Amino acid sequence: MTSNQVPDTTAVAAGLDSHRARRRRRFSWARLFRASVPYLLLLPVAAVIGFVLGYPLYKLVTLSFQQYGLAELIQRKGTWIGLDNYESVLRDSIFWETLLRTVIFTAANVALTIVLGTLIALLLVRVSTWMRVLLTAGLVLVWSMPAVVAVQVFYWMTNFQNGVLSYVLAQLGFVGEQHDWYATSFSKLAMVTLLVVWGAIPFVTITVYAGLAQVPRELVEAAEIDGAGPFRVFWDVTFPILKPILLILTSLSIIWDFAVFTQAWLLISPSQIDATNYLMGVYVFVEGYAQSDFGRGAAISLLMVVMVATLSVIPVRRMARSDDV
Amino acid sequence: MAWNVVGLVVFAVMTFPVFWMISTALKPDEEIISGTPTWLSTRPTLDHFRDAIDPTLHPGFWDAVKNSLIVVGATVVLSIVLAFLAAVALAKYRFTGRKLFVVLMIGILMLPAAGLIIPLYVVLARYGLTNQDDPLPTGALAGVILTFMTFLLPFAVWTLRGFIMGVPKELEEAAMVDGSSRLGAFLRILLPLVAPGLVATSIFVFITAWNEYIFANVILSSQGNHTLTIWLSYFSGTSRNTDWGALMAASTLTAIPVVVFFLLVQRKIAFGLTAGSVKG
Repeated sequence: MTSNQVPDTTAVAAGLDSHRARRRRRFSWARLFRASVPYLLLLPVAAVIGFVLGYPLYKLVTLSFQQYGLAELIQRKGTWIGLDNYESVLRDSIFWETLLRTVIFTAANVALTIVLGTLIALLLVRVSTWMRVLLTAGLVLVWSMPAVVAVQVFYWMTNFQNGVLSYVLAQLGFVGEQHDWYATSFSKLAMVTLLVVWGAIPFVTITVYAGLAQVPRELVEAAEIDGAGPFRVFWDVTFPILKPILLILTSLSIIWDFAVFTQAWLLISPSQIDATNYLMGVYVFVEGYAQSDFGRGAAISLLMVVMVATLSVIPVRRMARSDDV
Repeated sequence: MAWNVVGLVVFAVMTFPVFWMISTALKPDEEIISGTPTWLSTRPTLDHFRDAIDPTLHPGFWDAVKNSLIVVGATVVLSIVLAFLAAVALAKYRFTGRKLFVVLMIGILMLPAAGLIIPLYVVLARYGLTNQDDPLPTGALAGVILTFMTFLLPFAVWTLRGFIMGVPKELEEAAMVDGSSRLGAFLRILLPLVAPGLVATSIFVFITAWNEYIFANVILSSQGNHTLTIWLSYFSGTSRNTDWGALMAASTLTAIPVVVFFLLVQRKIAFGLTAGSVKG
């Protein structure tokens, strides 16, 4: 991978450290204290995370091998049943259907978010200053909306009786008055997509716009003088410079959209949630927590955490590399 | 010129839901239930705001505000103090295990919340840190604050680290040459310069905790314990007789503190997650 091409600054720093260490002095308590300062500073954070996350993560693994329902929760003791939970999950067609649905949902959401977000960023470069200020302010406003608030507003806008979305589209002749936006599983998830993409565009647009500032003006002009059209300029000049930004935005979006919970759970509404419209986040929540089958839920959770962790390798590597100072 | 028109259309489409929320909240009921929408009422009213927080019509608003302020306030104060210490360690020291700690922090940022509900619930339930009772017992309070902190600490550490590294080393070194101790240089030079970053990070932690839904919903499951976000999620009831005006007023009230704070700090924080790639 590309990280091999970057000089490893940690190794360089380590070399300097060992050089310093060669000028060894006598052991002293003061020096021991100084060496332990960074660890003492990290200790509180490490303790909180270790206690509140480390133990549950360990628990997640052990629970997934146990029969653990409400009765076991009260007795505080599960029964070891080996791989039965995993077998039950992996043999369950609902699991595979949910996984496939979530992959398609994620692909659609990420593609829409990145493409629309990038297009709006390219638009920001072309509009006049006052329009740029207005549009940026609007995007930041959208970005700031809490998810639960956005759900309620979308719920009202797509309401069966007098939602404004039906009204506008009926005026334009696309749907009849009183269109039911939640009639099928597909339309339910399409509404969730609309909500998720709407909320995610500002972050993508503003980040890509910041990246566009790095595209040298002369390079674009030179390409234009050489007769390149706008698409050619984008593919050959702008895109290569944006590539690292788009890569991290895409991988972050994949992780976030794959694990979407709040928007799907609340917009479809808990009473309408069932196996025909599960996404992974919702599936884990319903089958594990809401039905109090914690052992089997833990098995699904663990599978999901492993999948997300695999997807996280790219962004984690990139962010950790940006730490090399 | 043509691009400006496109820009205006994009602006209108993107901000429409926010506009519609406020517009609905200010409309009299006849205009809300009418089949032909009124875009902006000529007879604006604050009745829906009054209804939304009326204890007999929609109980729980003030309790939820109180719960949110307690939970979010404690989360912010504790997270920032602890995260600042860790951020100093990362920004100012090289030590064995540093890289591992950084990777762990970023890894936790990526963990899916839905995947951790079950073990967190089982563990917190075992220690009595979840509760179905009113009023909010300290145990459940501690449970939810600790859970929020776990997911916000990595973010706060990562962001603060960036702010501390943004302060030129030479300033501190100059102070130390002038006879200041390391701690003195830290308190007199670094701290004032990092203060705006501390404020910005605190506000961002505040926003994220204020908006949190999934953990708060599971841990604070009885009505008297709800935070404002949870209160809002239960607001509507059945869709047939939803009081849309009050629902939009309640949504507006929940969003206001977040929007105001977000507008203040967005520029400072926005690029934390992608800093590495934007720098190139």
